Amino acid sequence: MNASVPLLDVSGLVVRYGAVTAVRGVDLAIGEGEIVSIVGPNGAGKTSLVSAIAGIVPPAAGRIVFAGKSLAGIVLEDVVAQGIALVPEGRHIFASLTVTENLLLGATVRPDAEGVRADLDRSFDMFPILGARRRQPAGQLSGGEQQQLAIARALLSRPRLLMLDEPSLGLAPTVVDQVYGLLGTVREGGVTILLIEQNAERVFGLADRVHVMSGGEFGLSGTAAEIMADRRFDAAYFGVHMHETASDR
Amino acid sequence: MEHLVQTLVDAVSVGSLYALTALGIGLIFGVMRLINFAHGELITFAAYALLALVGLPVPVMLFGAMVVAVALALITERAAFRPLRNADPTTLLISSFAVSFFLQKLLILVVGSRLKGLDFLPALGRQIEVMGVRLQLLQIATILVSAVLLVALTWFLRSTRLGLQMRAAAEDFRMARVLGVRANRVIAMAFALSGVLAAAVSCLIVVQTGVVQPRMGLQLVVIAFVGTVIGGLGSLTGAALGGFLVGAASILLQALLPPDLRVFREAFVFVAVALVLLFRPQGLIPARGLKERI
Repeated sequence: MNASVPLLDVSGLVVRYGAVTAVRGVDLAIGEGEIVSIVGPNGAGKTSLVSAIAGIVPPAAGRIVFAGKSLAGIVLEDVVAQGIALVPEGRHIFASLTVTENLLLGATVRPDAEGVRADLDRSFDMFPILGARRRQPAGQLSGGEQQQLAIARALLSRPRLLMLDEPSLGLAPTVVDQVYGLLGTVREGGVTILLIEQNAERVFGLADRVHVMSGGEFGLSGTAAEIMADRRFDAAYFGVHMHETASDR
Repeated sequence: MEHLVQTLVDAVSVGSLYALTALGIGLIFGVMRLINFAHGELITFAAYALLALVGLPVPVMLFGAMVVAVALALITERAAFRPLRNADPTTLLISSFAVSFFLQKLLILVVGSRLKGLDFLPALGRQIEVMGVRLQLLQIATILVSAVLLVALTWFLRSTRLGLQMRAAAEDFRMARVLGVRANRVIAMAFALSGVLAAAVSCLIVVQTGVVQPRMGLQLVVIAFVGTVIGGLGSLTGAALGGFLVGAASILLQALLPPDLRVFREAFVFVAVALVLLFRPQGLIPARGLKERI
């Protein structure tokens, strides 16, 4: 991490839904330009953590500071203007709206119509399939195309931090490769990335640092190489993972 | 032949009125999942605004009716529905009944429950001859006004930023907010538009019936609501189509049924509604992806 002040600085974050505590005092710092990943089994609290950062759920305790500014008390629709964009789990594209309309909604908070037009063209260069289908209802796109649309839409707000919640969910492996390739391009554009995945092996090639989350807390943290080398990872991650998967069925 | 054309024009004009009413309900349902029965009181209050402004120039009366309906729509949103925005649809529905009854009783308290005559735009009652068929000018005016409002609303929703935001919010409100769409602005706009539609319906109804009474709006809204349901709740095209069909069907039944059965035309309409819902429970044009509201 950079020695300077981190872009995102989360400390002691707690998220509760009624009596259930989903996130139990998490500290997370992300430097500008980093790709940080949080991996962990279903129900570990990963989505709750990003939902709190995105302003979707209010934290029960803790602080979220972004670019030196506290996000306490900020309403959901103001978070994106701070420079934080979210690609939510399940993509949440607007199925009845066209690809272009979906993308324009990504630029809702931007006043510069000219710049938005230029960025729209740039998205079509970066995601050619979206350019080819710009007038089609987004609901007609395949899963991988919808994921690209969700990422392109988030980028249209010109975020400093892009948060992706399980972007590989439900996609074929080759499509996941494609999406991850795009994330590499996004990083080259100077965007900091927080990447949530259940699929841990996926992130190792991309992330600078990885946190393993389970039961609402971070367990292991380190570089991808450190985590992979740590033998506790198997127990901490896959042990719980297999157990949870078995109990899910 | 002349009678047939007259009946068809009548059916289209009454259908248009119900389509406008159903659209007003559909707009609010789209962004809030609220079935706003108080929409009827917007219509009623606009009619009383006309009554209060009698004697002034017609444009002033029309403008006054619109201001009253829009203001009332915004006030009910702010005072009654905004605090309940995260409540479930049943709570919202019940509160809309409460608002509706409150406004109706308030009106009765202030102006009384007796109906009052109002001879608004009597010139529209004239007959004109179109290609050898005599038609009432009001029916033509109703169809034209409805068509203009439909086109304007479609343009607004398709071609403006706020319109796009409203369509996005109607499909997935939470995601729209994540992207920075302001919930308060979108919902207030939907209420304001429903107020404009209510004012238009109100003026046309007053010209047609020549009377104003505290329950006039509710009767319209109940029928129009049935229209939004058969059209497909959550779909604006569906709401307009459903409202139109219910209105047009009641006129056609009135004309086609044998005289003995005409008093039961409402029953026939509702049998048709029940049949539609039996075969298409989601309505004629179901809404795509109704997502959780925030």
